[in-house]
Amino acid sequence: MNMNDAVFIILGVITLFGAVGVVSFNNIVHAAISLVISFLGVAGLYFQLQAEFLGLVQVIVYAGAISVLIIFAIMLVMDRDPARTNLTHKINRWWGGLIAVLFAVFIGLAIRESQFPVQAGSSSSERIGQLAELLLGDYVIAFEIAAILLLVAVVGAIILAKGAKDQ
Amino acid sequence: MIGLQQYLLLATILFAVGIYGVLSKRNAVAVLMSVELMLNSVNLNFVAINRYVVTDQAVGQLFALMVIVVAAAEVAVGLALIISIFRQRKSVNLNDFNLLKW
Repeated sequence: MNMNDAVFIILGVITLFGAVGVVSFNNIVHAAISLVISFLGVAGLYFQLQAEFLGLVQVIVYAGAISVLIIFAIMLVMDRDPARTNLTHKINRWWGGLIAVLFAVFIGLAIRESQFPVQAGSSSSERIGQLAELLLGDYVIAFEIAAILLLVAVVGAIILAKGAKDQ
Repeated sequence: MIGLQQYLLLATILFAVGIYGVLSKRNAVAVLMSVELMLNSVNLNFVAINRYVVTDQAVGQLFALMVIVVAAAEVAVGLALIISIFRQRKSVNLNDFNLLKW
């Protein structure tokens, strides 16, 4: 087992434990902290996959911005004892568990049986430059639409959270 | 030896945990958090396939970036909706969100 395998296993265990914590903690603040740990594990996996820019974006956007937004929303809507804020539905938990296990087993078997056209050799080191050329070249329309989508989402979120004024 | 398959299996398990959270949780914020987990696993798939299969272009990373943008917009609007509903219903329990049910 070389260095890369060990790093993958450690980061994968961190990510999975964070994810399991999100669905198993009964206190939703603890679940949100666990979500941050899972995001940071995924960011480490991006660095391991030589996607340094995406790793940084993951840390800034997910572990920084989205988690703070979620924790603020939790503070605003907390209405009962914090230890009982993240409960599971009495019946749906069994159906949810069954569907999740079936999904994991079948997709996992399909992945094991599949042959992927894996190319040998590592990717080029000019990844960030390539990404910039794609974003402002072939995919510039998608880039602009993403910018407008963010603007619309921010305005919509403000209007929704502020509440409409009666005319 | 860690290859593409191990990354895809990890993303599958992450997605399954997200499915369980979406289907079983009663708190609307917890459901949004589980959706974020699922989007993260999809991003992991994009980046892993970009790293191992399409090594000469960064298209997978580009799509992962787009998914991150959509996820940020989704969580902002979703949390605003939850706050708005909480103001009316004084609850974030999904069983109480039955305004459109008759």
